[in-house]
Amino acid sequence: MGEGRIVKVSGPLVIAEGLGNAKMYEVVRVSEKRLIGEIIEMRGDRASIQVYEETAGLGPGEPVYTTGQPLSVELAPGLIESIYDGIQRPLDKIKDLVGDRIERGIELPGIDYERKWHFEPRVKPGDTVEPGDILGVVQETSVVEHRIMVPHDVRGTVRTINEGEFTVLDVVATIETKDGTRDITMLTRWPVRRGRPYAEKLPPHVPLVTGQRIIDMFFPVAKGGAACVPGPFGSGKTVVQHQLARWADSDIIVYVGCGERGNEMTEVLMDFPELMDPRTGEPLMKRTVLVANTSDMPVAAREASIYTGITMAEYFRDMGYNVALMADSTSRWAEALREISGRLEEMPGEEGYPAYLGSRIAEFYERAGRTKCLGSEGREGTLTVIGAVSPPGGDLSEPVAQATLRVAKVFWGLDATLAARRHFPAINWLLSYSLYLERLEGELSKTVASDFADLRREAMRMLQEEAELEEIVRLVGIDALSIKDRLSLETAKSIREDFLHQNAYHEVDTYTSLAKQRLMLKAILDFHHMALDALEADVDFDKIMELDVRDTIARMKYVPENEEERLNSVFQEMKTAFSDLVQAAGGEEVA
Amino acid sequence: MLKEYRTVSEVAGPLMVVEQVEGVKYGELVEIEVSKDEVRRGRVLEADGSRALVQLFEGSAGLNLASAKVRFLGRGIELGVSMDMLGRVFDGFGRPIDGGPQIIPEKKIDINGNPINPYAREYPSEFIQTGISAIDGLNTLVRGQKLPIFSGSGLPHAALAAQIARQATVLGTEEKFSVVFGAMGITFEEADYFISDFRRTGAIERAVLFINLANDPAIERISTPRMALTAAEYLAFEKDMHVLVILSDITNYAEALREVSAARMEVPGRRGYPGYMYTDLATMYERAGRIKGRKGSITLLPILTMPEDDKTHPIVDLTGYITEGQILLARELHRKGIYPPIDVLPSLSRLKDKGIGEGKTREDHADTMNQLYAAYARGRDAKELEAILGEAALSEDDKKFSKFADEFERRYVNQGPEENRTIEQTLDLGWELLTLLPVRELKRIREEYIEKYLPDTESA
Repeated sequence: MGEGRIVKVSGPLVIAEGLGNAKMYEVVRVSEKRLIGEIIEMRGDRASIQVYEETAGLGPGEPVYTTGQPLSVELAPGLIESIYDGIQRPLDKIKDLVGDRIERGIELPGIDYERKWHFEPRVKPGDTVEPGDILGVVQETSVVEHRIMVPHDVRGTVRTINEGEFTVLDVVATIETKDGTRDITMLTRWPVRRGRPYAEKLPPHVPLVTGQRIIDMFFPVAKGGAACVPGPFGSGKTVVQHQLARWADSDIIVYVGCGERGNEMTEVLMDFPELMDPRTGEPLMKRTVLVANTSDMPVAAREASIYTGITMAEYFRDMGYNVALMADSTSRWAEALREISGRLEEMPGEEGYPAYLGSRIAEFYERAGRTKCLGSEGREGTLTVIGAVSPPGGDLSEPVAQATLRVAKVFWGLDATLAARRHFPAINWLLSYSLYLERLEGELSKTVASDFADLRREAMRMLQEEAELEEIVRLVGIDALSIKDRLSLETAKSIREDFLHQNAYHEVDTYTSLAKQRLMLKAILDFHHMALDALEADVDFDKIMELDVRDTIARMKYVPENEEERLNSVFQEMKTAFSDLVQAAGGEEVA
Repeated sequence: MLKEYRTVSEVAGPLMVVEQVEGVKYGELVEIEVSKDEVRRGRVLEADGSRALVQLFEGSAGLNLASAKVRFLGRGIELGVSMDMLGRVFDGFGRPIDGGPQIIPEKKIDINGNPINPYAREYPSEFIQTGISAIDGLNTLVRGQKLPIFSGSGLPHAALAAQIARQATVLGTEEKFSVVFGAMGITFEEADYFISDFRRTGAIERAVLFINLANDPAIERISTPRMALTAAEYLAFEKDMHVLVILSDITNYAEALREVSAARMEVPGRRGYPGYMYTDLATMYERAGRIKGRKGSITLLPILTMPEDDKTHPIVDLTGYITEGQILLARELHRKGIYPPIDVLPSLSRLKDKGIGEGKTREDHADTMNQLYAAYARGRDAKELEAILGEAALSEDDKKFSKFADEFERRYVNQGPEENRTIEQTLDLGWELLTLLPVRELKRIREEYIEKYLPDTESA
């Protein structure tokens, strides 16, 4: 291991000389405090190091030690239910070690080396294995079976493999390769800046069901897709991200809190062990990994936190799981990049961001996907990436938002005006889009109901129409509209208030199954059609608006999923109400 | 004996370069002897070989390159803390200015603090009753929250902050409570308003004040809020007190930050503010909160005057991204004579959901809050329409909503600077206003609450 000397300290950037043998992106230890840093630029034997911890108190002349290793994460049973900082140090253990505040120079492994796991082999001695094959499994939590895979550089014949209680460092199997025998432990390391290999990338085609009506119905994301949620402050980005982390039908959730509020991570830590996954009935925490670099934690580690998170997510994808990664917020990551770039005195691009901002963002989102994993069984895994973007002033023309929009396939545009009137989720239905719509339509029509896509199209048309009609109303007043148009306005309002509006804090409303979503939307649109027919039959418009069944429709969102009869009864109620109205109108005419 | 350097080679704006130094550390506190009886302070911004870049807190006027003596103190900026700080007034650098004796510190703490481990945080969930309906009812404040007041020049943010400091209580508890006030670049009159108000109500006994006035050195402001927060952390997490920190005005702080950044010729972010301003503000704001196993708490109310009332200005914008909501004051309401002129629609308290409801305020709180918001938003829309097309263009329902919006501003938002409403009064007032609307429009409220709480008066 080499040793260099600090020559300059400026914020999170340290320049050291005497590091001619070091490699780019190698991890170094800075000063006797052994702060963790990473080499991000080399000029001759001078290296620029971004330091992942506060640098106050460092000065020229202090030593820098190289480690020969790139920045890596440790991958093994024990990841689930953990909370890590940006460079995979467990925050719970840090608290045990140093108390309430995070001090400097703490060295802790990301994985508990002592804990024993029950390893159950899936192959037997004599089997030939290739990279990615599953050697055995560990029941990591009640819902996650951790699959121990053959490392990517090992191929050969299994010589020994044992069932039993092992730590992650114990040898669980030996494999005879052409270069000799390899001991296999459950623990592997992977450099965070390199995507993990897979056999083949496939186009995504299955929806990620989130239970959020506006997302599932209008702007769905596919398992293996990439979505972004830009919005000004207070528009509910974090609530959207939390809701997805809670209710998305993923096997594994990796949640990266990047430069955001400490209390938000605390909230996840408090809620997730209590909230039950509607599919498994187990606490949500049992499938969740948290990475937290809150906004008061060192800025350089913020840059790393995104990569730490996605590498762990890829690892679970390789096991054949559907994984979703939430990154909140990628703008803070980009700002960390900008800060370091500024200190390196690089020529800035737009708004001071480095010129390579766009390619870094694209590389990150491109790590999402549906893949055929390595290994002979050809299992499939997906990694969905959902990134929040915090554009200054909510202005989407800024570089981070623009670079993200170029690569993300789904755009949920949050709107401050909607948020101000407490319409949550404040996803603007006119701005947002999903490029997966067509691809997922077939699947949804098959699994939910054949009219799923038609309902969506009609509802969307009504919302578009509303925007145009509103314009007219603003210019000449409501009286200028025909009765039919007024009905359309009322229906659009009902779609907005009774369907799109969803209360994340209401015990029933927080999650809606696809089947119930369809029923709700169908009720609203059926009402519209019946109302049109009734108008044809000369029923008074105001009478239709006063129908009690409108209230029943509005309250469908609060009816629990299991009360199917109550949900379905609305259609009968509607029929009766309208036939009474039409009859009454007809009666008057006769009289 | 510390080494003294007479090697100042350059002074420009708030920055100074010292050459041929040894063993200088980044972030270290620096003393500059300008003359026999004047010592100023600075901080190392960059340690580059034998060259140190120093930020001067008290300006460079009168500084002579040849005669100035520079000492590097080998430690960061520290604040000596003790319980005797309560009732005292300090300058922006922590020196007493009320004529009282020096504080004999119990200990000295680096003012930069270490980040709180998110795992050690306790989620804030205790309702603070401020006695102000627009806050308690709609933008509920909880202990350990950071909730800024976005104001504009000429708006009564000082009166509002003082009223909150005066009235804030947590229901059903008798706990130790204190106020820490950090003034950055505000006028004498504004600072005096707070001090006299604290004196008048006796709050001064349990208050600590750090005052950097508009004519005090601008760069000193960079440490003032950190001084205040360090004192607050000591009181909250070591002495079990519930501390309310008021910082006024963050806009002046950010400008001082920009001045240093510009002098260093850093690549600027938006509007010339440094790219690291988000991180810098966050390291202050995030010091608010609660910690597991500790009794005390820090609730932070920073005040910002929005330049040109622009909510997208970087200072306001970045603050909004870090804090847990915002209270927005509106000029229009102020002109209508409404106090406090809180525009409830863009205001928000992110932590309210965990602080309200049964056992905290009342079971119907969340539903009525959402309903009042939605109704007021619709009422405002209706009024806008009315302004263009006249009242006749409104539907019957819209007329009711329009009337509701007026009454809501006049009776709910509006209240006296000395009026202290209980949460029950606020909630009941909300229900009373909701009677102005047709019951079928109350979609956001559970039926059982409508039956239980809606007053029987037949609405028009």
